[in-house]
Amino acid sequence: MEAEASYVKDTELRLGLPGTHAPAETRGSKRALPEDDEKSHGKSKARVVGWPPIQSYRKNSFRARKAEAEAAGSYVKVSMDGAPYLRKIDLRVYRGYKELREALEDMFGCFSLGEASGAEGCTGSEHAMAYEDKDGDLMLVGDVPWEMFISSCKRLRIMKGSEARGLG
Amino acid sequence: MTYFPEEVVEHIFDFVGSHRDRNTVSTVCKAWYQVERLSRRTVFVGNCYAIGPERVMARFPGIKSLSVKGKPHFADFNLVPYDWGGFALPWIVAAARLCPGLEELRLKRMVVTDDGLELLARSFPNFKSLVLISCEGFSTDGLATIATYCRGLRELDLQENEVEDHGCQWLSFFPDSCTSLVSLNFGCLKGEVNGGALERLVARCPNLRSLKLSPAVSVESLNKILARASHLVDLGTGSFAVDHRTDVYHMLMNSFPKFKSLRNLSGFWDASPCCLRAVYPVCTSLTVLNLSYAPAIQGDDLIKIICLCFKLQKLWVLDSIGDKGLAVVASTCKELQELRVFPCDIYGAGTTSVTEEGLLAVSSGCPKLNSLLYFCYQMTNAALITIAKNCPHFTRFRLCILDPGKPDPVTDQPLDEGFGAIVRSCKNLRRLSLSGRLTDQVFLYIGMYAERLEMLSIAFAGDSDKGMIYVLNGCKNLRKLEIRDCPFGDIALLKNVAKYETMRSLWMSSCDITLGGCKALAAKMPRLNVEIINENEETYEFEENLSDLHKLEKIYVYRTVAGPRNDAPDFVWTL
Repeated sequence: MEAEASYVKDTELRLGLPGTHAPAETRGSKRALPEDDEKSHGKSKARVVGWPPIQSYRKNSFRARKAEAEAAGSYVKVSMDGAPYLRKIDLRVYRGYKELREALEDMFGCFSLGEASGAEGCTGSEHAMAYEDKDGDLMLVGDVPWEMFISSCKRLRIMKGSEARGLG
Repeated sequence: MTYFPEEVVEHIFDFVGSHRDRNTVSTVCKAWYQVERLSRRTVFVGNCYAIGPERVMARFPGIKSLSVKGKPHFADFNLVPYDWGGFALPWIVAAARLCPGLEELRLKRMVVTDDGLELLARSFPNFKSLVLISCEGFSTDGLATIATYCRGLRELDLQENEVEDHGCQWLSFFPDSCTSLVSLNFGCLKGEVNGGALERLVARCPNLRSLKLSPAVSVESLNKILARASHLVDLGTGSFAVDHRTDVYHMLMNSFPKFKSLRNLSGFWDASPCCLRAVYPVCTSLTVLNLSYAPAIQGDDLIKIICLCFKLQKLWVLDSIGDKGLAVVASTCKELQELRVFPCDIYGAGTTSVTEEGLLAVSSGCPKLNSLLYFCYQMTNAALITIAKNCPHFTRFRLCILDPGKPDPVTDQPLDEGFGAIVRSCKNLRRLSLSGRLTDQVFLYIGMYAERLEMLSIAFAGDSDKGMIYVLNGCKNLRKLEIRDCPFGDIALLKNVAKYETMRSLWMSSCDITLGGCKALAAKMPRLNVEIINENEETYEFEENLSDLHKLEKIYVYRTVAGPRNDAPDFVWTL
């Protein structure tokens, strides 16, 4: 039985980075309802009509601007090694590397980004900021002028210090 | 009092301001009814289908100000089908015929057409103020007719409406002779704006105190406007993002210091952190700040601006402010009365950055807090109990825990005790929205303690009919009850039918109400309209064939003296 169970576990499809044991996302609790209630309470939390109760006016204005910004190509994904989810940021709103780093520390602070160090790209011994450029190469953040960076950056990655040392 | 001449009674009634008091006064005797009705200047109709417009105007021929509300509140969240109703035209038509002295019209959640706006513009020579909130059905053409024909217009206030864009020229329709504007708000318009026409209009209106621009108004335009309108008290910016190396940016930085009277700031549609610095010089006198449409402003920049705003009374922000930012609010904004925290990332994958900690901090630091709208991912009973103790003055308390039915994460208990503490402590609570895991117990508390409660919104809560019954039997001042996705059925619906005549309306969707239950309600209470909203196309043509046991998706019940409405679409049945 146990061997079977571990086999199942190994091949189990899960959300979460490989190598982690984060269980699949089970946010929220089930309501205390009888099993045979055929109502919609079992609906996916993400897409219940009219929930969360935010005015459609507000939702639409965000959606429109997000779509605009994404179309303009300045939104990039930011991943951090070990974090269960990614973020997206609009590079155009930052004036330089310092602001960017501060913003990322804010966003990923709960995952302990570490102290800023002297070098632009390194955020201390624990993590380093790298980005994927138009050619798909992984580059250390901070080598090129800011304007050049935001036009060539396609994706950001906050790497564990141990991996990043190889980059410089 | 009946031996006083009418003029004296009328003069006394001048001091009776509120609608409710005037309504009461009019029921005393026939003489008072007459005096009151002829001297009434303002009428508020909370539900446009509760009474016919002609009847209102015939009773109050002298009104100068009319407010009407249409769709149920849950229409804001797309729960009411598009063409349900709430048409403004009958009201405008009746007023044009019977109350030509009308000066002010306020409409909320109604369908307004360009024809209606044109009729409005042409029918009232003294018209001064038009306020449209969450309305739809009109275009910029309708606005052009208002601009053209309303001589002496003082206020045009468009909040959160869906307006069809037919071009930017409507602003040019304000004649050169129009110099009377005091308040102009077109923040909700999506289309292009004629900057030149706007700048000229602002320049020739010396009494302009409130100006709210749409996202299409450029920073360049804003700079020109600000140069001419230094008496503004209330400003909603247009676009608020420019490159910091440009002249426009430098001009913007220098535009604000001269505003001695500026008290309210909003807009900031796409504001960037560097542009936000422009407003630092005015922060210390601000009483209202709305940054809830500026997703690019993150926590630290929000903190930089908030720590200057020590006179702030009303703050609307996104949850990017974080608990850390809310702690700064708590330590800086000692005059704060109203706080709204909206979620930044509605379709987000995970955590938000405000929790019960942020709200706790604000409740402890801001003793005058009385109105709250707070979106978060979690809340605890302990926090709510402390908040209730810290802030007994809440009149409006709306908490939205984004995960429906989520319990206290620390104890895994429902939030009954927390909300119970709120209703027990806040004796003046008029509006309450609940969320999280809740059992019938919370409704017992609400029924027992929420004596002044007028509006209650419930979602994904309760265990049985008892929950709803506690509320209906308890809250004696309840006016609006809106419920979605709760296990309340016919027994609850029918337990206290007389209650509905003391209330404005009841909305129930995705509950356990059946057709039979509604029929019974309609039969017992002829002065209620029991509307069934059935969007399921398969069933609505076979009304007679539906069994009484058929569960209803959406019902809307309201008291009315006008009988069933004659403008209901096919999918609405009034029993």
